[in-house]
Amino acid sequence: MLPEIGLLALILALILALLQGVLPLLGAARGDQALMAVGRSAAWGQFVFLFIAYLILTHAFLTHDFSVAYVASHSNLALPLKYQLSAVWGGHEGSLLLWALMLGFWSVMVSIFSRSLPADVLARVLGVMGLVAVGFIGFMVFTSSPFERLIPAPLDGRDLNPMLQDPGLIFHPPTLYMGYVGFVVPFAFAIAALLGGRLDAAWARWSRPWTAVAWAFLTLGIGLGSWWAYYELGWGGWWFWDPVENASLMPWLTGTALLHSLAVTEKRGTFKNWTVMLAILTFSLTLLGAFLVRSGVLTSVHAFAVDPSRGSYLLGYMAVVVGISLSLFAWRGPKVGLGGSFGMFSRETGLLLNNVILVVACAAVLLGTIYPLVLDALGLGKISVGPPYFESVFLPLMLPLMLLLGFGPTVRWKQDDPLQVLRRLRLILAFSLVVGMLWPLAVGSWSLLAAMGTFLGLWIMATIVHDVFVRLRQTPPVPEHDEAKSPRVRRLGLGYVGMQLAHFGMALMVVGITFVIGYDQERDVHLRIGETITVAGYDFRLEGISRVQGPNYVADRGEVTVFDGERQLPTLYPEKRYYPSQEMPMTQASLNRGIFRDLYVSLGEPLPDGSWIARVYYKPYMNWVWLGCLLMTFGGLIAAADRRYRLKTAQASVAHPDPAVLANAKPSGTG
Amino acid sequence: MKQRTKRLVAVLVGLGGVSLAVALTLNAFRDNLVFFFSPSQVLAQEAPLDRAFRIGGLVEDGSVQREGIRVSFNVTDTAAVVPVVFDGILPDLFREGQGVVAVGRLLEGGVFHANQVLAKHDETYMPPEAAEAIKQAQREQARVMPPEEL
Repeated sequence: MLPEIGLLALILALILALLQGVLPLLGAARGDQALMAVGRSAAWGQFVFLFIAYLILTHAFLTHDFSVAYVASHSNLALPLKYQLSAVWGGHEGSLLLWALMLGFWSVMVSIFSRSLPADVLARVLGVMGLVAVGFIGFMVFTSSPFERLIPAPLDGRDLNPMLQDPGLIFHPPTLYMGYVGFVVPFAFAIAALLGGRLDAAWARWSRPWTAVAWAFLTLGIGLGSWWAYYELGWGGWWFWDPVENASLMPWLTGTALLHSLAVTEKRGTFKNWTVMLAILTFSLTLLGAFLVRSGVLTSVHAFAVDPSRGSYLLGYMAVVVGISLSLFAWRGPKVGLGGSFGMFSRETGLLLNNVILVVACAAVLLGTIYPLVLDALGLGKISVGPPYFESVFLPLMLPLMLLLGFGPTVRWKQDDPLQVLRRLRLILAFSLVVGMLWPLAVGSWSLLAAMGTFLGLWIMATIVHDVFVRLRQTPPVPEHDEAKSPRVRRLGLGYVGMQLAHFGMALMVVGITFVIGYDQERDVHLRIGETITVAGYDFRLEGISRVQGPNYVADRGEVTVFDGERQLPTLYPEKRYYPSQEMPMTQASLNRGIFRDLYVSLGEPLPDGSWIARVYYKPYMNWVWLGCLLMTFGGLIAAADRRYRLKTAQASVAHPDPAVLANAKPSGTG
Repeated sequence: MKQRTKRLVAVLVGLGGVSLAVALTLNAFRDNLVFFFSPSQVLAQEAPLDRAFRIGGLVEDGSVQREGIRVSFNVTDTAAVVPVVFDGILPDLFREGQGVVAVGRLLEGGVFHANQVLAKHDETYMPPEAAEAIKQAQREQARVMPPEEL
């Protein structure tokens, strides 16, 4: 009975989403306050019904209701509680429900935090979000209901794919989806601005915190996915240029570009068309990601087993969204004016370069990801694009971007003098060049990649530290603000602190990536009990293998002692697990993590004489990559919390008067 | 320089940079395309000897042999068989009689030296390329067979 109520809740959510999508837009067009006000209540109602559906599905998992097909194929009686809870999003239908729930959540958040928005803007934003929700909830109701019954019900479920029985499943999909779905908000703001014909500094200011939060979640989600793949798949890889990884990287690249272009639009009133375009592009790429994962066109660890109707639905949906957005852009976009001019060497130019590089990088990834699919769909042969392609494209693009990242934030708006900037930063440049070239020698053999990485990493970090000190010295206390009493750092503004934190994270990541690519060591070895092998100066000895019983698996657990010369490090216990419910083996790697290196052992397969094939890795600076992701996440969240964004609209929109904006603006927004 | 000349220079430099990026990208792209060939195509000598490609099909029953770190097995699309060698650890779901895709090069003598082996990642999933290769081979066989045997 409950699952039917769940389906009913979904249908009600669909109807409310439809109301949220149609009525407020109609109201905004007619200036009808009552219709516009429907948006908020419909958003709340939609969220509540989605939440009810979500709770009912969770309940079905907890009570082992195998008459629900989705539960039967993603759980069983022996599944530990935490994985019963997260198995809710362990498959296509349930993860779609999570997706829709988060979309509803973002709608509700917009309705809470955007009270100060003019009523017509809020109505349009919520309306666009409602229309997007109609697409996703409709997709769920018509092609992929998680409440489908399975009659007769099996006595036990098929169990969750063992690969997913890991803490990674608890955190990776929800954060990633928060990020993916979050880009609906800047998209909705952009469409609302096009509809209302009001693309001004205030619009950019409203979009910025939402974009920053979505971007932070997407960064964290991708980072968690990489972290999970690193230990779970047992290959020690952390990025495979797998099409699904690319599908999340593409909106990240354009989302990063959007974040930077919004800064220009807000501060200087320039780049407006471009910013709108990026918001549309980023959201379209998240839809493309959904299509790639859920349509079954890919060979990937992420792909869901599917039926073809889903693919065509999603493709159609994507075509409609992109088509309407672009036509609207073509129709309304050119009216919004060009904004202030800027000199050749200025902050604007730097951010423009940032945008160009990020978008070119995204286009390159898109080409490598989509081309094989298009060729296949046209029946022209099956090809794939190897990781070397992506690496050889990314490297030359990231090099100038990272150079730019070092000095870009110190360049003045409008016009600056390149010689002066060079004079200001020449010591830092010399220092990071020298140390960067020498540091790899301390790690091992010199490699150009690692030297470049260290140089760029140091360059970014040192310019950040320098800039922070300069600003702390220059920024006088502001007497009329409460912050005057707080620590000096607060005076910099959270937006600035967040930016520099994220940039610092990027620097750590650059060092981590170049070192782990340059110096990792991997050995597939044949190990007998008691045998020692040496990798990167560490001695690994297989002491023995024992049988261990887990909650729903049995495992062969190896005991591997590790010595760094004379010093003994913590013993590693890699496992080979067998899940009888799916007759499926799983590799559980064991790691010794450290600041400067990870040691990594995973078991391959046993040989008849009792010895094992095993894989031993030495991964230098691996954790710098995750740490970088974390800092970027915090940076994004902190920047979004800047108090500027919480000011009343009235103050916000007159902060940077711009003739082009004022000419276009309707009076209602600034009153 | 006048404002207009400056702008012209900036636009030209920008265009030059982007064209360079596009040229490099397309070049890298061409060099790293990995084509797919079914075992039948490999046997018909359609596959290149000088570059890496992918093959896919079923792991033939009883063909898997391990010798220390090196493992050898046969990949078949039910019509043709290609011997494969691989040094290292196979994916968890690599099994005889199951679908597999391997990336590597063809050595002289018709042995495929894989540097990467991909298997399905759960019980119900089959690499689409492998499934397609088998279907294709079976269609070919059906066409060769006299109608009364169908």
